[in-house]
Amino acid sequence: MTRSTRAFVSLLATLCLAASCSDDDAEPAAPPSPDDPVTITLLTHDSFAVEADLLAAFTQETGITVELLSSGDTGQLVSQSILSAGAPLGDVLFGVDNTFLQRALDADLFAPYEAAGLDRVPDEFEIDPQQRVTPIDFGDVCVNYWTDALPGPAPTSLEDLLDPIYAGELVVQNPESSSPGLAFLLATIAGTDDWEQFWADLRTNGVSVTPDWESAYYGEFTSGGGDRSMVVSYASSPPVEVMFAAEPIDEPPTGVLLDSCYRQIEFAGVLAGTEHPEAAGRLIEFLLSKPFQEGIPEAMFVFPVVDDADLPAEWAVHARLADDPHLLDPSDVEANREEWTDRWVEIVLG
Amino acid sequence: MGRDRARLITASAVVPVGFLGLFFAYPVATVLWRGLGFGGDVALADLLGSGRTRDAVWFTVWQAAVSTVLTVAVALPGASALARSRPRTQRRLRALVTIPFVLPTVVVAGAFAELFVRFGLDDGPVRLRHTVWAILLAHVFFNYAVVVRTVGSFWAGLDGRVEEQARVLGAGRARTFREVTLPRLRPAIAAAASIVFLFSFTSFGVVLVLGGPRQATIETEIYRYAVLRTDFSTAAALAVVQLVAVVALVALANRLERTRPLTQRAGHRTGLRRSRLGGAVNGLGVAMLLGLPILVVIERSLTVGDRYGLTNYRALGTRLTMLPAPATTAIRNSLVYAAVATTIALAVGTIAALVVVHGRGALRHVLDLGLTLPLGTSAVTIGFGILIALDQPPLDLRTTWWIVPIAHSLVGIPFVVRTMVPVLRRIDPSLREAAAVLGASPGRVRREIDLPIAGRGMLVGASFAFAVSMGEFGATAFIPRRPDTLTAPQALFRMLSTPGELVRGQAMALAVILMLVVAIAVLAIESVRGSDEGTF
Repeated sequence: MTRSTRAFVSLLATLCLAASCSDDDAEPAAPPSPDDPVTITLLTHDSFAVEADLLAAFTQETGITVELLSSGDTGQLVSQSILSAGAPLGDVLFGVDNTFLQRALDADLFAPYEAAGLDRVPDEFEIDPQQRVTPIDFGDVCVNYWTDALPGPAPTSLEDLLDPIYAGELVVQNPESSSPGLAFLLATIAGTDDWEQFWADLRTNGVSVTPDWESAYYGEFTSGGGDRSMVVSYASSPPVEVMFAAEPIDEPPTGVLLDSCYRQIEFAGVLAGTEHPEAAGRLIEFLLSKPFQEGIPEAMFVFPVVDDADLPAEWAVHARLADDPHLLDPSDVEANREEWTDRWVEIVLG
Repeated sequence: MGRDRARLITASAVVPVGFLGLFFAYPVATVLWRGLGFGGDVALADLLGSGRTRDAVWFTVWQAAVSTVLTVAVALPGASALARSRPRTQRRLRALVTIPFVLPTVVVAGAFAELFVRFGLDDGPVRLRHTVWAILLAHVFFNYAVVVRTVGSFWAGLDGRVEEQARVLGAGRARTFREVTLPRLRPAIAAAASIVFLFSFTSFGVVLVLGGPRQATIETEIYRYAVLRTDFSTAAALAVVQLVAVVALVALANRLERTRPLTQRAGHRTGLRRSRLGGAVNGLGVAMLLGLPILVVIERSLTVGDRYGLTNYRALGTRLTMLPAPATTAIRNSLVYAAVATTIALAVGTIAALVVVHGRGALRHVLDLGLTLPLGTSAVTIGFGILIALDQPPLDLRTTWWIVPIAHSLVGIPFVVRTMVPVLRRIDPSLREAAAVLGASPGRVRREIDLPIAGRGMLVGASFAFAVSMGEFGATAFIPRRPDTLTAPQALFRMLSTPGELVRGQAMALAVILMLVVAIAVLAIESVRGSDEGTF
């Protein structure tokens, strides 16, 4: 066994070497900085992405090194932050959206900060009058359809989804477990006269429910070989279909039902209790800066909030946004969410 | 000598006890205490009175029980085939059956869905999609390896002459199996079954994705309350229910496993005769159950538009815009995490197994039970526990790089312990005594008798720990990490959250690479023993 133990240890060592098994590269050396070097932590969800050289440029310019910590999705991020509010994991949080915002505000997670550059953000996005959070990006959750697979003309209104011609064509996500699922439920609450009747009728028309976006878009929607031609996804999905087409294509295979869109806005805020409020504020301003904002579409598949950011070519051509998306007040959402989702479960799954 | 040795072993219990205490018991106790402090007593009472919770508890228990019985029934012939085959074939079989372990649920669900359609089982008279049958089938798919590997390796070491004697004395094949083989296999079956039970008990993705929107288990309910509703008191109350159920069931399984330890000397595979027909049916069934979903994934990975090609594989070295690193880096990260997690699991698990078998007093039972609990505890409970318990110096460990492999090893340790304990228990004490009489020191006895004999159990457990770590998704997502340390399953999941045929194809290619890596690693780990393989 001694021989075998040695062999095992050397196997591990080889694995480690092959993969440069050391903690060193987990701690980037802080580069010498012009003034007041400080390291702060940006806490975010797993969908956050940024080009490394953008962050490096920020560090060069300000002396502020940014460490990233990401965990799970928006729901996990918010509940983790609430649970650890006494000893926050970072200095800045990015990624709370308007469906979770009120919960984070109620838990006093953020310290107010008025970011320079807010004047470039249209008023519709500045939801918190106390400036505890700053809008960074937005996107619309809408019904998408696979144009060639539709059994009839493309739908143009939420009511069209009830047309028997689309029987068995729509797949949605459970609003209890999925963020786009919840957003679409909110769209129907804001956009129909009687949302409970609407969902009862959708059920009659054969709507299918999945727990998450992946099992809807890849499991049941035409895109992944499924037999349903309509799915709740994002307004940005068509340009992303073009970005990641197997063969280059000129037109996206999917379209968006613009009457079904719910607007999701993502915010960043300085976490209460940070020892570096100033540096944290600078980071928020970085998130509003033109270079970061222009990188948002291709990194996170959502839209920049500032009015001076240019969209990437594919997006400029193929991305459609609702002119008048559905939107509810975050406090309404927080106050009624459980009642609404419970009721939804009774109507659609009961 | 015996007393010194027992004392030494008992003293070394400080390692597993300390590890478990710091990274499991303390965090879980903290999060439950905090959660219940928000009014948990009320929540607990409400919860037990609610129909939804009762349904979830009942469903959790029975689907886990049925999954376990089914998995054992389906996998026993496989274990027998494994025990009968030659050492080299054994290693290959063991590596092959481990593959499903690392496949993410979303990928398997997609493959199952496609197979249901191809076999006409998605709709019509026999419908599997969104039924409890789909859940059970997936649990057998994922857990087959647990039974085949644990029981098969143990079986290979059984003395086949006992069966021969039974046959000579006139017992039929069925009776010999029922009355001679099965009782002797019981410790290994109990060990494997308890792991399968706990995996099914805390199964999350399978239930959500394959079971359809109406199925809820304790695990999915904990997630719903803790993450989606930020209702920590109800979540904590549910976690207590889960913990109590798991403690009760594991205690029961441990009792079963401890009954009638059998001593064994050398393996004589000759006693096992194979029935050609049975073997063929078993082989075909397993090939379909495990092989078809895997083939679907391989086919999808090779599909580029309406052709086949390697484009998806070539693209893995390029970073996609929404990922912090290329998929190849994610594989590298996963390998490092898995190597570290396996090392920790081996070190802690081996000591723990020795304590469980040779230690004294109640400690061994508590340790045996305690080390198994992480398998049956929600990732939410452990993740949130680490977050709030390990947040102050000197224990501010919640964001260190090490916390990910440590969390993975929590799941790996029970595998090491559970595969080693039945093997250690049946080491013939006379061997050890003989060595001692001949002048070997206690340390030397352990080094030269116990370890070589336990070696196979150890390596089987080690490769489990490795595979578990490579495929782990849920707990990792709960731990705040640097984005560029993303693991292969996380990269895969992010790809699948992105529209576009190209990324989907790449995700499937990554899944295939993940399977290959695990198969190769398991083969490598288990080849370590070299020429003395096959005998104890």
